[in-house]
Amino acid sequence: MIRFDNLTKKFGKLEVLKELSLEIRQGSISAILGPNGSGKTTLIKCLLGMVIPDRGTIELNGIDIKGQYAYRNEIDYMPQIANFPSNLKVKEIISMMKDIRNREARDSELIDYFELGPYLNKQLNTLSGGTKQKVNIVLAFMFDNPLVILDEPTNGLDPVALIKLKELIKNEIKRGKTILFTTHIIRLVEELAEDIVFLLEGKTYYQGSVAGLVEMHKSNDLEHTIAEIFSKNVKEEVK
Amino acid sequence: MIKILKYSFFDLMRSRWSLIYFSFYLLLGFVLLFLNNDVSKAIITMMNVIIILGPLIGIVFGIMYYYNSMEFTELLLAQPIKRASIFLGQFLGLAFSLSLSLVLGLGIPFVIYGLFQSGEIWNFLSLLWIGFILTFIFSGIAFYIALANQNRIKGFGMAILFWLFMAVIYDGAFLLLLVWFRDYPLDSFALVSSVLNPIDLSRIMILLQLDISALMGYTGAVFKNFFGSGSGLLAAYAILMLWTVVPILAIVRKAKKKDF
Repeated sequence: MIRFDNLTKKFGKLEVLKELSLEIRQGSISAILGPNGSGKTTLIKCLLGMVIPDRGTIELNGIDIKGQYAYRNEIDYMPQIANFPSNLKVKEIISMMKDIRNREARDSELIDYFELGPYLNKQLNTLSGGTKQKVNIVLAFMFDNPLVILDEPTNGLDPVALIKLKELIKNEIKRGKTILFTTHIIRLVEELAEDIVFLLEGKTYYQGSVAGLVEMHKSNDLEHTIAEIFSKNVKEEVK
Repeated sequence: MIKILKYSFFDLMRSRWSLIYFSFYLLLGFVLLFLNNDVSKAIITMMNVIIILGPLIGIVFGIMYYYNSMEFTELLLAQPIKRASIFLGQFLGLAFSLSLSLVLGLGIPFVIYGLFQSGEIWNFLSLLWIGFILTFIFSGIAFYIALANQNRIKGFGMAILFWLFMAVIYDGAFLLLLVWFRDYPLDSFALVSSVLNPIDLSRIMILLQLDISALMGYTGAVFKNFFGSGSGLLAAYAILMLWTVVPILAIVRKAKKKDF
């Protein structure tokens, strides 16, 4: 279980997270939604220890993560932009990550799954954006950790790879993993997420099921509901 | 840290820029040696090139490497390793790969020319050592500047300005001050101001090592008088070491607090 408690973070004058509290239960898949600048990425980065919150605590399975690093052994993370050391080969970056974690991984299984075999001996700067993203996926999923965090996972993927990624994620849910992902693609949310965490201006606006949010706004579908919340938020900001 | 260092090093050694840097020294070495036909003169010319170019390359590569690998660094930050290990590993990988270009680029022509028979081996080694230290100092400072500045343009500008100040402006300003205050005793001032600039300090060190008083200038003369050649060399070494260690400590400190 992940528990965020009163999390506050300022970047200069900009308050990105405002006493945000949130609980993510074990074995659930949650989509983190919200307009640009609502604090999605900052929240994830706080959990990964990349951003240090000004106030508040984050507990992972009951342990405060502040100042720790070993807890990241249990986390798989896929960043939004895949950019690797340009002169290393694909197989070298995979063995680098295995080296860092000092662990066996299911890399060959995932390489076959995403058909990356022919690229293993290519340098990373010669790959297309989509192929880099596939490497990114392999790196993220290969350690088979119980908590998976995905930041805009579908960026730059072709339709075939997209279907494969969705299949992979569905499989991981069945295996009881906790998955957190951010996205702007509503269809992906509808297809995958059990829970939605909706952030507005650094606070949790809604947490619960997809159907619950639609019902709350008496709207027809999720897309319209979200558009409505976004535009309301913009109007209030202008005022 | 060693693991990050290893992969950064391999990545950089294969980059085009390392090759260009290496080829430049290779060419310079051959031209100087085979046109000059005099090892000690070649070493002095080398010195003048290294103490300007070494810091410039160190600082420019340091800044470029940090900003270029920013996204990958974020992925590394999500791994179960300490922050300090990531940045020290990257910094050392860079500094070692630049140093290797320097050592091989200058070493090959000198060895072919017959360095081992010339009796200049110690002078040559101390030249390489200085090149090493300057590379470490300036790539360390570049890493610190990059860590402290999210804005790439600003970081790049500051780094270049820092180099320009140390390599070019410092000497001019120093000379002006000496002229203005010529009526006062300036020995300790000269001493302190050369200590504050690693490039000046390196120059003095090599000149003390080569024992060429004619080229030493005012600072070097004061240094030699004050310390005597032997202990002067030791003092200069100690201060250069300090110059190497301080940026590393600063990197560790900054990395601990930074948000990515």
